[in-house]
Amino acid sequence: MDLIPALLRGLGITVLLAAAGIVLATILAVLAGSAKLSRAWFLQGPAIAYIEVFRGTSALIQLFWFYFVLPLFGIEMHAVVAGILVLGLNAGAYGAEVVRGAVQAVPRGQWDAATALGFSRGAALRRIVLPQATLSMIPAMGNIYIELLKNTALVSLITISELTFTAQTLRADTLRTTEIFLIVLVMYFIVAQGIASGMRALERRLSLGRDVVVRT
Amino acid sequence: MNDTPMIRTRGLSKAFGPLKVLRELDLDIPAGQVVSIIGPSGSGKSTLLRLLMTLERPDAGTTEIAGEPFLAAGAGCVPVPESEVRRIRLKIGMVFQHFNLFPHMTALRNVMEAPLHVAKLSPAEARQRAEETLVSVGLGDKLDAWPAQLSGGQKQRVAIARALAMRPQIMLFDEITSALDPELVGGILDLLRGLANAGETTMLIVTHQMRFARQSSDRILFFDQGVVLEDTDPETMFTNPSHARTRAFLDAVLGAD
Amino acid sequence: MNGRGLWDWGFALEILHERLIPALGVTVLATVGGMAIALVLGLVVTLMRRSRNRIVSRTAGFLIEFVRSTPLLIQIYFVFYALPQILPFLGDGRLSPMMTGVVALGIHYSSYTSEVYRAGIENISRGQWESATALGFSASDTWLRIILPQAIPPIIPALGNYLVAMFKDTPMLSTITVLELLYTAKDIGSESFRYNEAFTLVGVLFLALSLLSAAAIRFTERKLAVAR
Repeated sequence: MDLIPALLRGLGITVLLAAAGIVLATILAVLAGSAKLSRAWFLQGPAIAYIEVFRGTSALIQLFWFYFVLPLFGIEMHAVVAGILVLGLNAGAYGAEVVRGAVQAVPRGQWDAATALGFSRGAALRRIVLPQATLSMIPAMGNIYIELLKNTALVSLITISELTFTAQTLRADTLRTTEIFLIVLVMYFIVAQGIASGMRALERRLSLGRDVVVRT
Repeated sequence: MNDTPMIRTRGLSKAFGPLKVLRELDLDIPAGQVVSIIGPSGSGKSTLLRLLMTLERPDAGTTEIAGEPFLAAGAGCVPVPESEVRRIRLKIGMVFQHFNLFPHMTALRNVMEAPLHVAKLSPAEARQRAEETLVSVGLGDKLDAWPAQLSGGQKQRVAIARALAMRPQIMLFDEITSALDPELVGGILDLLRGLANAGETTMLIVTHQMRFARQSSDRILFFDQGVVLEDTDPETMFTNPSHARTRAFLDAVLGAD
Repeated sequence: MNGRGLWDWGFALEILHERLIPALGVTVLATVGGMAIALVLGLVVTLMRRSRNRIVSRTAGFLIEFVRSTPLLIQIYFVFYALPQILPFLGDGRLSPMMTGVVALGIHYSSYTSEVYRAGIENISRGQWESATALGFSASDTWLRIILPQAIPPIIPALGNYLVAMFKDTPMLSTITVLELLYTAKDIGSESFRYNEAFTLVGVLFLALSLLSAAAIRFTERKLAVAR
């Protein structure tokens, strides 16, 4: 069908945006989640503020804020930059809570053993605790990544020609509404399933040798 | 060897909320001494070890390791800089009741990790030291095993090897056989005996294994409600303790065997 | 209407009073309507999922997964633009924007509430089911008198979280001209050329309400935990 090539181009942009967003979100989640656990107020404070603000407002509002309001303060940015930033910041805030919860779930004895061996708090977190926490984070982070994928549709509203934007344009041109949206829904579904299986594979790999139940 | 005790505490106190777990503890432990610590639960035995390992911070009192200030808290005390504490802490190692092995690493990596990243040995040196230590605790054939694949006794051996690999001058053992099936306890105690006989390490052993305490320690401390009620050599402790509470405790524990 | 500088308090208070609070009412209406549908539909779908009939349960499972994995925005467009083509009996074209919004939100969030219901129901021990059977309860009585009364209270906080999430998703309805907060903010902006006050106030309103609801949910959680 002649709709497919155009939609595939849009899908490509969507996947790129999602990938960039996921990378940014993961980095922010680890940094903010760790910072929230820190005892230093100048790390904990900003982390809490970031998490509460970006979880408490919706991605669409954040998108509009970055794209329409920040320029009024002199901060101009390309739509794609704004899009990726918001996608990453938004998902990162949710991810930070997942990271924090997972780190707190690592048994105290692991911290004790690390201290007994002479690790500093930071080194203990990086080398001993975080690697263990990572395994338990995977299901929840997977859900967050899929949410991020869904949020890429919102950047169509600041005129980035990803899949949803392309779909709307084609709809206006061809009026083949039902076809277009069904194809688009299936495309998103396939990418989401891809993310989900990727995460399951990661989970299997990380639980090598561990006495852990892995969902199939 | 000079006369400075390896471990010296003065007025060491710790409370958890309203509960006073350690009360103004004064203790001198010479280098190389093997000390067993016995007493009822909640008497402060584990807390002493945890304070020495900086897993908790004291409310008051001072501690010196080999003459150097290590812990200081409470009124009138000069606090010790964190960097100093971290440096001196490397002389102390600890083995836990529940092993606390790193589940995401093989036995070899568990033992290598601190030498590699804390003592900053080269990967080859760290690996060699880890292998040697694991062989010395009898696990030469389990280098690549994962903790989940090991028995309780084997896990505890890895834990001991992991602590020993950092070559500490002081080793703390916090009820290391309490979580083991009875038939595995003997093996661990043999390891401990070997270490004690080598005579190089100062050892503090919190234990309920009375026979071991009697046969293999130089000194026994009986803890009760946050104070050292009795501090004497094994023979006297078991044949002629001075306090009625000590007697009562020993009767209860030994009678149960 | 062009105030001075970056922030005009007079303007801010004026739009808050005259435009934003009414728009908040629209937002709340959409949220309540959407949640009502999500609560009912979610329960229906969960029951379908638990059906002994393989076809019914597999279909329900697939639908849940499909709706959950695809963007709400597309689903809104679908209901607004595509559904009228598929279901011509809707008359002269489309559902009203508000109805569309409520339906789309309801369907999307039913995929989440069904998971919450599922977890709550699976948490009820087998023994409860077995006692009910032993005592001769019918299937519907078992559900209504034994199972649901135990399953629902513990999951209220989780459902509350989705209510808050839905509330934060309502700005997407601005794309189909529902006069909620974001639509109104954009409207104010294009009329007065002042975007700062409108968008910031909308952001603050969302943040304040979502923090309040989060606190309310935590409070409810604690009260429920004590009661057990």
